[in-house]
Amino acid sequence: MAKICTLAEAIEDNVRDGDTLAMEGFTHLIPYAAGHEIIRQDRKELFLVRMTPDLIYDQLIGVGAARGMKFSWGGNPGVGSLHRFRDAVENQWPRPLDIEEHSHAAMANAYEAGAANLPFAVLRGYIGADLAKVNPNIKSVTCPFTGEVLAAVPSIRPDVSIIHAQRADRKGNVLIEGISGVQKEAVLAAKRSIVTVEEIVDELNPPSPNAVVLPTWAISAVVHVPGGAFPSYAQGYYSRSYAFYIAWDKIARDRDSFTAWIKENVLAGKPEDFARHAVRPAANAA
Amino acid sequence: MSETFTPTEMMTIAAARALTNDDVCFVGIGAPSAACNVARLTHAPDITLIYESGTIGTKPDVLPLSIGDGELCDTALFTVSVPEMFRYWLQGGRITTGFLGGAQIDRFANLNTTVVGPYDTPKVRLPGGGGAPEIASNCGQIFITMALTNRGFVDHLDFITSMGHGEGGDHRARLGMTTKGPTRVVTDLCIFEPDPVTKELTVVSLHKGVTREQIEENCGWPVRFAKETTETPVPTETELSVLRDINARTKKAHEAA
Repeated sequence: MAKICTLAEAIEDNVRDGDTLAMEGFTHLIPYAAGHEIIRQDRKELFLVRMTPDLIYDQLIGVGAARGMKFSWGGNPGVGSLHRFRDAVENQWPRPLDIEEHSHAAMANAYEAGAANLPFAVLRGYIGADLAKVNPNIKSVTCPFTGEVLAAVPSIRPDVSIIHAQRADRKGNVLIEGISGVQKEAVLAAKRSIVTVEEIVDELNPPSPNAVVLPTWAISAVVHVPGGAFPSYAQGYYSRSYAFYIAWDKIARDRDSFTAWIKENVLAGKPEDFARHAVRPAANAA
Repeated sequence: MSETFTPTEMMTIAAARALTNDDVCFVGIGAPSAACNVARLTHAPDITLIYESGTIGTKPDVLPLSIGDGELCDTALFTVSVPEMFRYWLQGGRITTGFLGGAQIDRFANLNTTVVGPYDTPKVRLPGGGGAPEIASNCGQIFITMALTNRGFVDHLDFITSMGHGEGGDHRARLGMTTKGPTRVVTDLCIFEPDPVTKELTVVSLHKGVTREQIEENCGWPVRFAKETTETPVPTETELSVLRDINARTKKAHEAA
């Protein structure tokens, strides 16, 4: 059964120095509030896993919380570079970052293999692509039935996975709607998991028997953090803040402005600060 | 057609024309996304547009800033998880056309979006491949659209993020690929297609008012021209107004958020 608790408790209980940490959400439902809490609790030596590092890992990399990262697309979507990520790779600031780079297809397959308790994933991938030359974790396997040579990558088995979702009930069962990315796989592949949610309700009332539901007994902790996915979005609750993604380019381009932003908005902040973003846009209000 | 248009508008519209109503198209963000939606709003209303976030049959009213915008899910026929997207729909061979952009391209339409300089000590670290390596190998064919510049169209790629025609000739087939790979590259000055035998990109159509010298000046390798080149038909009033309308709606929506 998931423990329903505060964000500070959930991070204290489940995220440890040195952990392999996956915080997922494919553009949608990115658990930003949890990322800020990890920075406040000063976790160190994390190995980060995420398909699209996005601003959430730009922040963790920029404060020096990460020793390495496994990823498949490291940009600011629709805007340009992740400057803290680039500074770490190009100039080793604030520390060197070991990178393990894959394609989206390989990462998605590797999460699924992890959730399925398999040691590796197999895909028809990386053909003619140079990533296979620079990443020793991209290998090949020969099909025992047809002889076809296919790509193989190790499954992803995080120590802890963190996601954000729309709703949980009071027992801690969780419903995810809209673009569901690899969140279900990330939680099921991990030893421990935290889900932050927009709302905790009496009855989950899944909209269909095929809805994406994670049962309470598959989750370690559930935390009520309205607005916790800002500046990404929560379908049915609030929209993506394009303005913030654009503003981040300027904030993160410079080491000092980044550090000042973290000090003011993360170190001096608290999870409740995110609630002001949890305002339904007028179009969805009805 | 009397109205003037910009080279970028010509590029987007020429790229849109490459798509048909029957296509199931895996859409890259940026220029490809604009072209695919112009096609949907003009000559190909029944085209199926798919974004790698898992949104299938999407009909966005404004162009997405990211591949996972809520607009894509709101207007999709259905939305699947990312593993399902890449396993069943892409690797499963259900996608006729992949539409990609890139930071750099070479004469065999290989793309680099990973690094400039050595991989371990890059001069510029670019975002990386995302879905591109498997889009390039698993879609029936690939269209590419990007502006023709010396920085983008280079003689040698530091890194092959996604393979086009590799070293040229039958390289794809030798690696076991059965898909066509890049069949058209649409730029703001001209349209390239691979030579049927060597697979080297060859200019087949020049946009109105563009000279061969302009193309040669903006391309990082000695450009080959087809024996007979055509002039790309200029944008129609409908094509231009559809493109300008969706760009205006997009600008307004993104400024408001």
